[in-house]
Amino acid sequence: MSEVEETLNRIKTHKGVSGIVIVNSDGVPMRSTLDSKQTLQYSALISQLAAKARSVVRELDPQNDLTFLRIRSKKHEIMVAPDREYILIVIQDPNADQGS
Amino acid sequence: MPPKNAAPKNAAQRQTPPPEGGDAAEELGDDYDMPVIVKVRPDDQLNISPEDLEKEVPPRVLYPLNPRAAHNTTQYSFKEKCFKVDEQVDQVVMHFAMDGLILLKESPEAMDQIEVFEKKEAEQNEKEEAEAIDEDFDPPENEKEIPVKNPLRNQFNFSERAAQSKNAILRERSWTTEPPPTTRNYGTVTQWEIFDQYMAEIEAAKEKEKDDKKSGKSAYDDMSEKKKKSDSDPTYSENMKLSIKIMERMVNQNAENEVYHDFKYWEDRSDEFRDGEGTLLPLWRFSSEKAKKKQVTCIKWNPHYSDLCAVGFGSYDFMRQGTGVICCYSLKNTRFPEYVFNTDAGVCSLDWHPAHPAVLAVGLYDGTVLVYDVRARTKKPIYQSTVRTNKHTDPVWEVRWNNDESTGALNFYSISSDGRVSNWFLLKNKLESEEVMELKLMGSPGTGEEDETSLAGLAGGLCFDFHSHSDHSHLFLVGTEEGRIHKCSKAFSGQYLETYEGHTMAVYSVRWNPFHEKIFISASADWTVKLWNHENRFAILSFDLSQAIGDVAWAPYSSTTFAAITSDGAGGSTSGVVHVYDLSVNRNDHICAQKVVKRAKLTHVAFSKSEPIIIVGDDRGGVNTLKLSPNLRIDVVRTDETDQNLTDMDMQLQKMEHLLEMVTETKTT
Repeated sequence: MSEVEETLNRIKTHKGVSGIVIVNSDGVPMRSTLDSKQTLQYSALISQLAAKARSVVRELDPQNDLTFLRIRSKKHEIMVAPDREYILIVIQDPNADQGS
Repeated sequence: MPPKNAAPKNAAQRQTPPPEGGDAAEELGDDYDMPVIVKVRPDDQLNISPEDLEKEVPPRVLYPLNPRAAHNTTQYSFKEKCFKVDEQVDQVVMHFAMDGLILLKESPEAMDQIEVFEKKEAEQNEKEEAEAIDEDFDPPENEKEIPVKNPLRNQFNFSERAAQSKNAILRERSWTTEPPPTTRNYGTVTQWEIFDQYMAEIEAAKEKEKDDKKSGKSAYDDMSEKKKKSDSDPTYSENMKLSIKIMERMVNQNAENEVYHDFKYWEDRSDEFRDGEGTLLPLWRFSSEKAKKKQVTCIKWNPHYSDLCAVGFGSYDFMRQGTGVICCYSLKNTRFPEYVFNTDAGVCSLDWHPAHPAVLAVGLYDGTVLVYDVRARTKKPIYQSTVRTNKHTDPVWEVRWNNDESTGALNFYSISSDGRVSNWFLLKNKLESEEVMELKLMGSPGTGEEDETSLAGLAGGLCFDFHSHSDHSHLFLVGTEEGRIHKCSKAFSGQYLETYEGHTMAVYSVRWNPFHEKIFISASADWTVKLWNHENRFAILSFDLSQAIGDVAWAPYSSTTFAAITSDGAGGSTSGVVHVYDLSVNRNDHICAQKVVKRAKLTHVAFSKSEPIIIVGDDRGGVNTLKLSPNLRIDVVRTDETDQNLTDMDMQLQKMEHLLEMVTETKTT
């Protein structure tokens, strides 16, 4: 329990990490470091995307499963760890420390 | 055929008149414009003479004969008392009979009928008249007569009564209920959803089976309940732990993208122009809050997971001992150790099991040896030596797993400054020790101190190394505080096979060459690194680094390359230096000497088996990762002249042999 908390804290304090959102299977955010509006947006959109991505992977091979999803954008990298019960979303700016 | 015969007869008859007719026409021709009748005889007409025509033709008669009627009806005649054939055959066959209803008025039947009707009418009138008369005069007579004449009339004043009941009126009654609520369910089912459903069913069936088996064992139930409770919060589930760990690594790799690129792809191009020299590129520095004030006392790469290394933290300072920490760092997460274990005393040594990559043996400053399973949930060691199991009384400076598991149990060796080498067996629920060696002091002959030292007992062991070649797997080297190196055997305990003298101060490290089975190297506090052939009592080569050498390590990729670490300067301004030697390039001097840390002493060094990096530990709790430039990692040089049949191993041996030859040549000259 504390191990997870510790790791979460470490990720939070990592350079360039702008937010962590944990969404449960119903798409309801359980924990977030973003403001409420963004949290809702991320949780709603990402959970849909993750479900679709999983569907794609599973459709190709039912024994396969989606474990991670990384979305690289101009500004961010969104890393998604989907599970049955939750979806872990971390938003990071990979160029944060390299510019400085 | 009467008609056929009749026809010619008629024709003949018709023929006969025309002459008369013709005459008549002629006679009448003047009066009327009658058409002239020309009589033409058909060709097939019979020529009958007039006599024949005059002749009487017998008439043809139809006889009613019933062909089906029986002609031999025989009956017994009682009169004549014999059988007689009835000759009167009934020839009439009735094909159809129907009685007519119509009578001709003149026919006698009609006459009869009219007569009957008239008679009845008359009778009726007569009767009515009679009744009318009788009613007046003689009713009783009438009564008698009536039943005779009118038998249908009821004599008992019968009256017929009829009643009609009401007809039941058919009524239709109906009403409509509200339609039951209906909902529409629809969805698309994908192949994997079906798959999941099946799998879930199978799982459920298995669970049920298990439950059935386990029923009655309350302990198990409690466990599973607890598990369920912890599972209920997905934030703290096992899956979460895993995915968050991977997430941290990804975040880390994103943040340190450049360093990772350097680690993987960057090669120092300037090496091409610097013959025989190389550089070290610092990559990461692992450090942890928990080990900040501690010194790195040992570093070991995991034999199986090339990115994982275990680092032991403790203290070399006798006066400042404290607790120890073991951190397992992964190159995949450079910010934070993968596993952390706390120990009661400072860690002095550790070793991964070569076959079981999760099992870690640890030696502590207080003489205890521990065995950890890094995967275990608890942070407690799975085995621990105690006073009862004959634990060491002084710091355990080195531990090493034994590859030879002929005894069946996992076992490892440990060496301590209490002068003992022990073999520890991991039994089912305890750790058992067996003394392999007592390091007896060998007083140099001729000095008066001999008695005194023998009283003192045993020499303090500081390091050892086991031979990796299978032919010599029983051999091992022991370095002592006195500066001697002993060759020992697991088989003959208590005796030194050989003693190598040369070092004047404590030997911190001895290492067999990974390629050449006769060569080993030693590092000592007397500022020298020496290269030895184990068949020879004296060193082949000696390198003076003008500093105490903390550790020395052979490179895994070359038989002639090794790294040694020293600490330059004194007091606060020390800085750790890594010296890399490649004896095939330069057998007199290092090919690289680089300061890697400031204001810290380096304590230990380890080459990665698969990556071109070394890690060095310092006394400030940090572990530095350094990338070797291409010049520092020349393994075997193959030219066109080299024999293609030679394996890399042969080449490595050749390289070493060549070096040895050169050395002996120079020595003899």
